[in-house]
Amino acid sequence: MAENKVKKVAVNTKINGEEMDILVDPYVSLLETLREVVGITGTKEGCNDGNCGACTVNLDGRIVDSCLVLGVEVEGKNIETVEGMATPDGLHPLQQAFLEEAALQCGICTPGFLVSAKALLDNEPDPSEERIRHWLAGNLCRCTGYDKIVKAVSKASKESK
Amino acid sequence: MHPFNYYAPETIEEATEILKKYGDRAKCLAGGTDVLVQARGEKFELDAIVDVKKIPQLTKLEWTDSHLIIGAATPCHVLYEDPKVCEVFPGIIDSAFLIGGIQIQSRASLGGNLCNASPSADAICSLIVHETTCEIAGPKGTREIPVEDMCTGPGKNALESGEFLVSLKMPLKKGKFSASYERFIPRNEMDIAVAAVASSLELSNGKVSSCRVALAAVGPTPIFAKEASELLVGKEPTDENIKKVSEKAKDIASPIADMRGTVEHRKDLIEVLTRRTISKALERVGG
Ligand SMILES: Cc1cc2nc3c(=O)[nH]c(=O)nc-3n(C[C@H](O)[C@H](O)[C@H](O)COP(=O)(O)OP(=O)(O)OC[C@H]3O[C@@H](n4cnc5c(N)ncnc54)[C@H](O)[C@@H]3O)c2cc1C
Ligand code: FES
Ligand code: FES
Repeated sequence: MAENKVKKVAVNTKINGEEMDILVDPYVSLLETLREVVGITGTKEGCNDGNCGACTVNLDGRIVDSCLVLGVEVEGKNIETVEGMATPDGLHPLQQAFLEEAALQCGICTPGFLVSAKALLDNEPDPSEERIRHWLAGNLCRCTGYDKIVKAVSKASKESK
Repeated sequence: MHPFNYYAPETIEEATEILKKYGDRAKCLAGGTDVLVQARGEKFELDAIVDVKKIPQLTKLEWTDSHLIIGAATPCHVLYEDPKVCEVFPGIIDSAFLIGGIQIQSRASLGGNLCNASPSADAICSLIVHETTCEIAGPKGTREIPVEDMCTGPGKNALESGEFLVSLKMPLKKGKFSASYERFIPRNEMDIAVAAVASSLELSNGKVSSCRVALAAVGPTPIFAKEASELLVGKEPTDENIKKVSEKAKDIASPIADMRGTVEHRKDLIEVLTRRTISKALERVGG
């Protein structure tokens, strides 16, 4: 088979409120685009196949696994990553609650959990424990254990009320 | 991953051209939750990926007098967040709500689930019991086929070179109709079905006027268990009659044994799940 010629594609997108133009290879994931092209590394790679949720970002108001989105697909879209959560005034209530509840150990899964949980709380300020667990089923953690994570999300929801 | 080009056509004609040009070196991209995993796993090499989400027909949800037409690339969450779809197509919703976690449901489509043609796919049986028709476009124009004819083998579908799925068309039933889908998995979420069943039925004057049962993960493709379904038509939905359907469904199931279940276990599950899904559909119609 002759070699397939691929050209980089210019993509205009908004990441954490900042509009930018980037050049991406058409076969590269959004995860890789964020980390290698844009140079923000808060979003983590766990499995690279949609199972672990470490790469979760918010795309136009919905959480997605950025390893299963192509970088070229985000033309004209709005992306929020973990880097967009804290403000100059301090940590996001979820980040604060994760610290206080010791809801992380190695931390690889944490950005994904934070971005997922934020999307939940943005729409449902007071979810039940069951709802939190269901919402976070696409995020895996291999060291902390889910109880602490769920407790932290629950705490953040109560405190931001 | 083998480097591929990305196309995002805005019309059916444009998409057909690209697909035809690349032949089996191109694949459609809907939510990407199967195709990107497979491309990365080097299951196949692609020269082009054709993102179908910018074609308006592929993401629309249209109610006509007689049908609901779901664009093939419409993601699961759009379906279960729509109260009317939830009310009229409960079997579809059972499936849409089960596929992956929230992140996957933001992207995964029923069209992708169907075209990927996995024997354990969670949406296909529900599409079958909702009597879905596939609207297909290709170099020779458009055609329609019943959804039960779409899967031809594990990972294989009835689409010919240059063809793609535009939408899924489901009839609106006049009578008392409902459906249900249930799968057996060892975990609570995020797993592949060991066995699964969808059932639908329509009642008139206390009798079943139509019934459909479909089985997943117990054959090379999802199975429309026609002979089992027919046993209930014209009858009252009594426990005894439902039992006959379940036993027939068990007979029809032809699973293989693998690490997730033995043949016997899978067949037993089919019997139980058939009974449960028929009962659930019955409960939903208020029968
Ligand atoms: C973590 C994880 C969990 C999952 N859990 C489940 C589960 O519980 N149940 C389940 O059934 N599946 C599951 N899946 C598999 C997958 O999410 C589903 O099959 C999904 O419905 C695929 O839809 P998609 O839109 O992402 O398809 P894509 O990946 O975009 O496409 C799938 C296939 O269909 C083809 N295709 C897509 N659209 C068209 C079209 N319009 N015309 C022609 N061909 C087309 C593509 O070329 C590709 O071959 C899971 C996947 C992951 C990664
Ligand atoms: S890295 Fe994307 S889901 Fe695991
Ligand atoms: S803290 Fe290590 S995986 Fe969750």
